[in-house]
Amino acid sequence: MTTALAGTTPIPRELSPGERALRRLARRRGAMIALGVVVFFVLLALLAAQIAPDDPLATSWSAVRKPPSAAHWFGTDEIGRDVLSRVIFGTRASLLAGVVSVSIALALGVPIGLTAGYVGGWVDGLISRMTDAMLACPFLILAIALAAFLGPSLTNAMIAIGISATPVFIRLTRAQVLHVKVEDYVEAARAVGNSHLRIALRHVLPNVVPPLIVQATLAIAAAVIAEAALSFLGLGQQPPAPSWGSMLNTAKNYIDNAPWMAVWPGLSIFLLVLSFNLLGDGLRDAFDPKST
Amino acid sequence: MLRKSCLVPLAAAIIAAVAPLCASAQTLRFGLAEDPDVLDPTLARTFVGRIVFAALCDKLFDIDEKLNIVPQLATSYEWSADHKALTIKLRQGVTFHDGEKFDAAAAKFNIERHKNMAGSNRRGELAPVASVDVVDESTIRLNLSAPFAPLLAQLADRAGMMVSPKAAQAEGDKFGAKPVCSGPFRFVERVAQDRIVLERYPNYWNKGEIHLDKIIYLPIVDSTVRLANLKSGQLDFIERVAPSDIPGLKTDARFKIARITEIGYQGITINVGKSDLAQKNPLGKDPRVREAFELALDRDGIVQVAMDGEATVGNQWVAPSNPFYAKNVPIPKRDVARAKALLAEAGVPNPSITLMTPTTSDAQKIAQVVQAMVKEAGFDVKIQSTEFSTSLDMADKGQFEAYVLAWSGRADPDGNIFSFAACKQPLDYSGICKPELDELLNRSRTTLDTAERKKIYEQIATILIAKDRPDIYLFHRHWLWAYSTKVSGFRPFPDGLVRVQGLKLN
Amino acid sequence: MLNHLLQRLAQIVPTLFFVSILIFGLQQLLPGDPAMILAGEERDPTVIAHLHEKLHLDEPLPVRYLYWVGGVLRGDLGESVRIQKPVRELVAEKLPVTIELAALAMLIALAIGVSAGIVSAVAKGTVWDYAANVFALWGLSTPNFWLGIMLILLFSVTLGWLPASGYVSPFEDLKANLAAMIMPAFVLGNAIAAVLMRHTRSAMLQVLSTDYVRTARAKGLDERVVILKHALRNALTPVITLGALEFGTLLSGAVLTEQVFTIPGFGKLIVDAVFNRDYAVVQGVVLCTATAYIVLNLLADIAYYLVNPRLRDSA
Repeated sequence: MTTALAGTTPIPRELSPGERALRRLARRRGAMIALGVVVFFVLLALLAAQIAPDDPLATSWSAVRKPPSAAHWFGTDEIGRDVLSRVIFGTRASLLAGVVSVSIALALGVPIGLTAGYVGGWVDGLISRMTDAMLACPFLILAIALAAFLGPSLTNAMIAIGISATPVFIRLTRAQVLHVKVEDYVEAARAVGNSHLRIALRHVLPNVVPPLIVQATLAIAAAVIAEAALSFLGLGQQPPAPSWGSMLNTAKNYIDNAPWMAVWPGLSIFLLVLSFNLLGDGLRDAFDPKST
Repeated sequence: MLRKSCLVPLAAAIIAAVAPLCASAQTLRFGLAEDPDVLDPTLARTFVGRIVFAALCDKLFDIDEKLNIVPQLATSYEWSADHKALTIKLRQGVTFHDGEKFDAAAAKFNIERHKNMAGSNRRGELAPVASVDVVDESTIRLNLSAPFAPLLAQLADRAGMMVSPKAAQAEGDKFGAKPVCSGPFRFVERVAQDRIVLERYPNYWNKGEIHLDKIIYLPIVDSTVRLANLKSGQLDFIERVAPSDIPGLKTDARFKIARITEIGYQGITINVGKSDLAQKNPLGKDPRVREAFELALDRDGIVQVAMDGEATVGNQWVAPSNPFYAKNVPIPKRDVARAKALLAEAGVPNPSITLMTPTTSDAQKIAQVVQAMVKEAGFDVKIQSTEFSTSLDMADKGQFEAYVLAWSGRADPDGNIFSFAACKQPLDYSGICKPELDELLNRSRTTLDTAERKKIYEQIATILIAKDRPDIYLFHRHWLWAYSTKVSGFRPFPDGLVRVQGLKLN
Repeated sequence: MLNHLLQRLAQIVPTLFFVSILIFGLQQLLPGDPAMILAGEERDPTVIAHLHEKLHLDEPLPVRYLYWVGGVLRGDLGESVRIQKPVRELVAEKLPVTIELAALAMLIALAIGVSAGIVSAVAKGTVWDYAANVFALWGLSTPNFWLGIMLILLFSVTLGWLPASGYVSPFEDLKANLAAMIMPAFVLGNAIAAVLMRHTRSAMLQVLSTDYVRTARAKGLDERVVILKHALRNALTPVITLGALEFGTLLSGAVLTEQVFTIPGFGKLIVDAVFNRDYAVVQGVVLCTATAYIVLNLLADIAYYLVNPRLRDSA
């Protein structure tokens, strides 16, 4: 969009910080590859039913723990199911685990952090102490206790991970708010008479977004691993529904005689998480090139 | 500079890994599947603790491989004419690990401790024992309120274990931290979740049979890691090998495998009267639906797929090889056609059931196989995975329709059935409550004659297995042990315990 | 500065209070009657009743909380119902083990992370930069329990170089201890290496472009000396304080690592206790680790202030 006054030549608009960041991101090859991988997995999840060769739940007593072959590219598991199909469908659970958990953490953490940072005073003190308390407990213990409390299922695992990841976002948002609160334009907005809510949402929040995006991307990576960890303990996605974490949990018992059961889900977790990490890195560098 | 200083610790680490192999020749390192709970026979409640007790604490009686009662700290026993008093002759010359003498007074002390100590888990096992008399220095008499056939089997387990009265009185409820018993090995140390160390007791009454100097029990929960330890030489003996690891071990010349059918069972318990849910679901309401469910199962298939063949199919609370197995109710063959017919007759061609399944890997596998099998008859089974502790609570409250349940088993068949099928008993999760059944169950406990007991169990089986089916028994697992060829003299017992008499390390 | 310090010290109390409520609440709200689970297979009603009384299970939640806190303030963290051992003793037994594991993991993380960070910063934009990046990220991207099992299979079963599990006290046999700890420490340290690498890299890059480094270079000093003596010393400061903050991550990772390698530390203790509903153990142990974490945080802050003269003045 160019601003054009009558009778003048249009002045090319300066790029917004967001657009500048995206440009920088596009130039980083590693981050672009990572983005590509993420998109690939998302497509896999969405089109699982079309792509997967077999029904991921179809058991076959005669094809138990068969090695990779033409019929089953990734082999079969301990009750005869096709590993490739389960890996493809498992993408859904892992992506969901990552994205939903982090969405919960954002939905809870950002408003609380905003409030703490903006309002200050005893409200900030209270929220900060409670956040410190949550951060002081080992993340996995919190998640385990919550998941055990809610019951073993993918949904509950996501809620548990989401809640356990919230304090980080509260802290991050609060720190950013404190940083931005004292900027001139915020002072100006207040002077003009804007309501606090308006200032918080229109002026403060947009500046908080970049580090949040970076942290969110990294948090998705951690959440995918956390779901695998909870499944390892029996608290995540329950069989027969496929999820890479629970597939790994079962596969570890058959490492000697059916290693393919473990290789593919493990590799998938690794690729997905690595991609999110690289993407997050790229975003961080793109938003704040000084930190590079 | 950096790299050189890494070589030394690395070399040291390699040497350290090899060194233990040259250590004490008669120390057996045993891999347990769990960490035992408190090492006090009165308070103990886990199966795995009993493995340690087998070396640490002798009991009045023991069982042999055929589940017959054999003497240990007691030499003989005699029932009174009315079967309400059991006179036990005790072995002479036995001492506890602290040197104290084992005599009638000590035996009486122990029985009373099992019965009266706060928090004792043996109370129920010795419930009919009203009092203990010291007849003479090496004879005691147990006076019962009613005849009780399973009593001897109880005295062949924790309820018959004898601890030193002096130590028990001195330590009180902290006894479990430093147990003093009279078994072949005495307690040295225990680091929770790490190890339990026992050393040979030189004054053991049967020391001729004991060839080991030391036993170290190491709890390693993950079966893959436990096996890895055996293979890498850090363990000499492991219990509960995963069935899927057996084929690989068979071809490994360094190790031997042993197996035996357990005295417990694996089955599915159905809520037939524990709560309202019983009436709200077709499986709980109509015995025909339960019969159809059972007929839709292929027990051999379940064993093959879920247990890799390492189990014996069964349909009762005792295995088919058990003397008390009711031969009048044999294992049915799979019959999907008849199952469908029964469902049609009952008016529910496609019953929908929720199967509560603990998150243990065995239960999960069984549930998935069962789900697929009964689908062919029209059942729609939904698997509800529940954390083990939570599942127990829900079962107790009757908040389930069907529940995948395993029982570790007791030497006397009464231990496998009474608490599960008698009215309002703590393990009656199915909620079955029938006066004629209770009467039979009570008689099965008070009758001492084996032939008569068998007949009573046949009658019980007719009601429970052929008619009502509150529990559908699937199979009896195999206890699986693997050990290095250095170990000799191992005898498998159906109770899954490893007895140290005769064990040798070459 | 002193003001700030006192303020931080004062904050410890309400934070710990919230920790206690959080952990207590979570534990007690776990479904299932703990007495039932702790009572043993036969579920003897007498034993269950006895446990109900002993653990005050019939009292309302706030009352039970007060019982527990009262005990804690007197130094009594309760007792493990499962093995009848005071939690205090369990903590004393397990703490050194997890601390050793954490310390070794930290060393490995520093070794890998810092070196990768240096390489990455000095060779910025090249293939080495990329390689170092991916190598450090690898640690974050693999589930550590998974990595643990793979390593056991490789080094213990296949090669037979290292023990598959278990723990020997360093005072008993230092070599055996290190042999048993090196794999789990590596698995744990991996994840943190990535974080350290990133921080080292950005700190190094910042410092490398400053005036006095340029001056040092202009003076003709050996490049390696420039990096090691001038850049690294300044870059390491925030990295070291970060170590304290990563303590929480270490403990989280230790939970699964200890399970896989059967190291008798805090992590294993807590997981088993959650599943066995051994409340006192979970509550007591988490309270201890939370306290340690908070104190470490405080020390890190102090260290940061002391080392950074600019911040000191502005505070």
